[in-house]
Amino acid sequence: MGRRAAVASSLSSALIVGLVVWFFWRAPNGANVRHFFLDPHSFWINLTGDPSRSLFSILRCFETNVWMFMLCEVLVLIFGLGLAWLRLSRTPILAPLRVASAIYTDVFRGIPIILVLFAVGYGVPGMQAGWISQRTPITYACATLVITYSAYVAEVYRAGMNSVPNGQVMAAKSLGLSDVQTMRRVILPQAIRNVIPPLLNDFISLQKDTALVGTLGIVEANQAAHVFGSMEFNYTGYTVAALLFLALTIPMTRYTDHLIAKDRRRRLAGGAA
Amino acid sequence: MSTVISAQNVRKRFGDHEVLRGISVDLAEHEVVCLIGASGSGKSTLLRCLNLLETIDEGDIVFRGQSLTDARIDPNLVRRHISIVFQAFNLFPHLSVLDNVMLGPVRALGRPRDEVKAEAMQLLERIGLAQRALEFPDRLSGGQQQRVAIVRSLAMKPDVLLLDEVTSALDPTLVGEVLDLLTDLARGGTTMLIATHEMNFARNVADRVIFLHDGEIVESGTPQQIFDQPRDAATAAFLSRVN
Ligand SMILES: Nc1ncnc2c1ncn2[C@@H]1O[C@H](COP(=O)(O)OP(=O)(O)OP(=O)(O)O)[C@@H](O)[C@H]1O
Ligand SMILES: [Mg+2]
Repeated sequence: MGRRAAVASSLSSALIVGLVVWFFWRAPNGANVRHFFLDPHSFWINLTGDPSRSLFSILRCFETNVWMFMLCEVLVLIFGLGLAWLRLSRTPILAPLRVASAIYTDVFRGIPIILVLFAVGYGVPGMQAGWISQRTPITYACATLVITYSAYVAEVYRAGMNSVPNGQVMAAKSLGLSDVQTMRRVILPQAIRNVIPPLLNDFISLQKDTALVGTLGIVEANQAAHVFGSMEFNYTGYTVAALLFLALTIPMTRYTDHLIAKDRRRRLAGGAA
Repeated sequence: MSTVISAQNVRKRFGDHEVLRGISVDLAEHEVVCLIGASGSGKSTLLRCLNLLETIDEGDIVFRGQSLTDARIDPNLVRRHISIVFQAFNLFPHLSVLDNVMLGPVRALGRPRDEVKAEAMQLLERIGLAQRALEFPDRLSGGQQQRVAIVRSLAMKPDVLLLDEVTSALDPTLVGEVLDLLTDLARGGTTMLIATHEMNFARNVADRVIFLHDGEIVESGTPQQIFDQPRDAATAAFLSRVN
């Protein structure tokens, strides 16, 4: 980009940001909204917490979101792969499982996750079916996220595997590779490159949907903000939670884009493997 | 000479379209057979059936005396002995040239990496691409890619090599280098069944030429017989069209 272009684009960006801020600042009830959502004092208390007033530190509560996300992400990657694999298998013996996997993905992509959360979080304990009904709310919450997101991710994998040309499969087979080796050595490595962006999108959603599990009484960031809001009549906690989510999702997006670009450069340059 | 692989009265249908209508071919050890015929005559289908990439409807495929239509046969084990090279190369784009060549021996045959690597480098040396072993296939020209694909098959030390129009997707200037490699292999005694539109090549290297027409073998014989004194009208018509 030339110098003039750089100056022009910086100026126009500054102008637009300025206009938006000015609009909200000058809105008739702007001061009020600023007090409720952007109060600096509440902001600080929300971050650090105040045990004497039974207020949670949203930062600490956010740790729950983070580890839930990380745990569920791994499980979703594995479970989703299994579903996609079943769906694409051509072995006659696996035919019933193939159908089951198709129904599974259709059903769980079609139900709002909050309903699955209710069904699992209240329904399963309500059944009083022994061990499975005596888990903690957080277990049910993770189960819900894994159940739902595996359906999304299975479809992403499936699209990725289908995007690998049939000639690749034939070449792998003609070298005597088994079905499992063909999948592992030839299809998956190529499919994964194609599915990183859509997978990332699903993971950002997964990360955000950890904010729903407060419904089961789990104190994560969103629930902590909710508690603060109802005790102090101030919603700055939600702003804090939003910023924390952004702090997590934006670097993740940037990093993945970076990986994709690096991979492309490496392949174009044809450098040492 | 002992027979390596044979098709016995093979029939193959796609829907109601019978693509192979009772094909019988024998391939002896060290023999080079060229398969010629118009587009759609069933050359690719026959090669894919021999490699068990397609199932056959009738007849039998026999490899070293063993029937391959037996349900107890694991196709993956058979394919280690019968290798196929495709028109479109089908190199693995995510692996380096060297890893492309090593994948089969290391993974399918479970051989030690060091040993396989040494052999793979020798093969690449032979086609003059040893310096490019660590590059990715899309950096190579079409002719280079196809030669790597052939070498990838050779690394499996197959009993027979099937080649499906391996020069058809190439720029005319690159055809020669691939045909030279095949000529080299033929002289070295590699057993090959080659589907090709390169008639001069067939005349020079084939021990036997088979003319396929509408899923049937119309004529088969030495290159001299087929090219100089075709007995069948269909063969003569085909040859006059391609020459
Ligand atoms: N998977 C398939 N499904 C349906 N029809 C097929 C399939 N594969 C091949 N055919 C048909 O079988 C016939 C023979 O095809 P094949 O590819 O074997 O011919 P070929 O001799 O190799 O021709 P070419 O010189 O164009 O490669 C064609 O009519 C083709 O349309
Ligand atoms: Mg063909």
